[in-house]
Amino acid sequence: MIGESMYQELILEHYKHPQGRGLREPYDAEVHHVNPTCGDEITLRVKVGDAGKILDVSYEGQGCSISQAAASVLHELATGSTVDETLSVVDEFTRLMQGRGQVEADEEVLGDAVAFAGVAKFPARVKCALLSWMAYKDAVVRSAGQ
Amino acid sequence: MTSTSFDVEKIRKDFPVFSRELPDGRPLVYLDSGNSSQKPNQVIETMREHLALHYSNVGRAMHVLGAESTDAYEGARDKIAGFVGAPSRDEVIFTKNASEALNLLAYSFGNPANTDPRFTLGPGDEIVISEMEHHSNIVPWQLLAQRTGATLKWFGVTDEGRLDYDPALITERTKIVSIAHQSNVLGTVNPVAEVAARAHEVGALIALDASQSVPHHPVDMTELGADFVAFTGHKMVGPSGIGVLWGRAELLESMPPFLGGGEMIEAVWMDHSTYAPIPHKFEAGTPPIVEAIGLGAAVDYLTEVGLDAIEAHERELTAYALEALREVPTLRVIGPETLEGRGATVSFTLEGIHPHDVGQILDDQFGVAVRVGHHCARPLHLRFGIPATTRASFYLYNTTGEIDALVRGLHHVQKVFA
Repeated sequence: MIGESMYQELILEHYKHPQGRGLREPYDAEVHHVNPTCGDEITLRVKVGDAGKILDVSYEGQGCSISQAAASVLHELATGSTVDETLSVVDEFTRLMQGRGQVEADEEVLGDAVAFAGVAKFPARVKCALLSWMAYKDAVVRSAGQ
Repeated sequence: MTSTSFDVEKIRKDFPVFSRELPDGRPLVYLDSGNSSQKPNQVIETMREHLALHYSNVGRAMHVLGAESTDAYEGARDKIAGFVGAPSRDEVIFTKNASEALNLLAYSFGNPANTDPRFTLGPGDEIVISEMEHHSNIVPWQLLAQRTGATLKWFGVTDEGRLDYDPALITERTKIVSIAHQSNVLGTVNPVAEVAARAHEVGALIALDASQSVPHHPVDMTELGADFVAFTGHKMVGPSGIGVLWGRAELLESMPPFLGGGEMIEAVWMDHSTYAPIPHKFEAGTPPIVEAIGLGAAVDYLTEVGLDAIEAHERELTAYALEALREVPTLRVIGPETLEGRGATVSFTLEGIHPHDVGQILDDQFGVAVRVGHHCARPLHLRFGIPATTRASFYLYNTTGEIDALVRGLHHVQKVFA
């Protein structure tokens, strides 16, 4: 069944046990993104340290397993990396999600986020996976503007 | 008529979609008729035949095809007027859907082109709706309130999903009350005659959004006691692109046109125009001709099956569903849990599982089509403190076996997220 490929064990695991959930201090920028078609929403904060090192990505939100697991995976991947590194992961993740299932995922760049490859085959759910990642990109840009 | 005389298998044969399979050989279990209904051969064939053999523009062509098309289009109006017990065929205005019907109505209030005092609206005047409305019966009234400075008020909803009706909310300052006849989320059927009587007592007008009731129950415009009633074709085995605003003739005559254009005029000068009588005053431009004719065929079909029989069948399905869903752990029905004053729409939540995930797995693995989300009734979901629900909605072609499939699917969903 096609749906089985979307609900990967790793996604369900992150949904049931979200990593880094909750809004924390200190932070440089906070953003609130919503998905008007389904009502999913996320509030996300980033704290950037010296040399563009991401010290924390904290978030709070509500939505389906895909959107919530994507935020959890994002937290794990981004925390401890640099702004530049994470933005290239965001770009690769966006390319994968918008590839309608025709794009080969670069596992080296994406790490655990590769588990979302199956979501790309469901156009209605792509925006669920991208919600927190777009919020993150927005937050990083805003933090740099300070 | 009793439900034992209702041959659902025979009805299913009228709907070609039930003879198809979904990818991977899954059977289709269509429980989303509250969103849009499937179409019987009788509607499809009527539309096909009209397009193939009788099609031309209506009302203005001086030839055989023009006459045939006009007869069929106006004939559909007669059928629909009969179907809903409209005192006059001229009171049936074709729109593209119920949303357009409600916007047309809202536009005629507080409009300088309308001097009838029943339609004047300004600061201090009130518009009354309810918390269980579809966005199409909220936003047009918000826009009206913004345009005119009038106050928008609303009835709440009880924990059981009933209208929290307080007659005192409707005051001497109320000009229009607009509520759903049946909720598209809760399934609740509202006491519209009582509300209409109260509205008229203070001199207010009352409109009903009957999109969810006209397809499922015998509905008579005069018995409802309302001044305006909106409904849509695609939820009543007709095509999309066609809806109806019914209104009392005397009110429709005093209302200004909504859209200007061809066919809605009597005479046009460069600096002004006079307008056609109702219903054509409100039907500018080439209308959805074949869609209207298709809706005519749809009401013929529903009439032949019998609205009483359809209502009884749906009642049986609803009783069965409410009982069966009780077996699903953590399932919470949002709306009345008894059969009184409710239709065949059942919305619910499952603890810890988002409706989008429920809908995806039901569809992918069981072929069960339900609707998930806020169903264009976000304020109602906010009222219950939830972002979304899963909604199963039944119609004349559904079976108890399909409800069993839904319940099996829900058990599986719970296993995936356990």
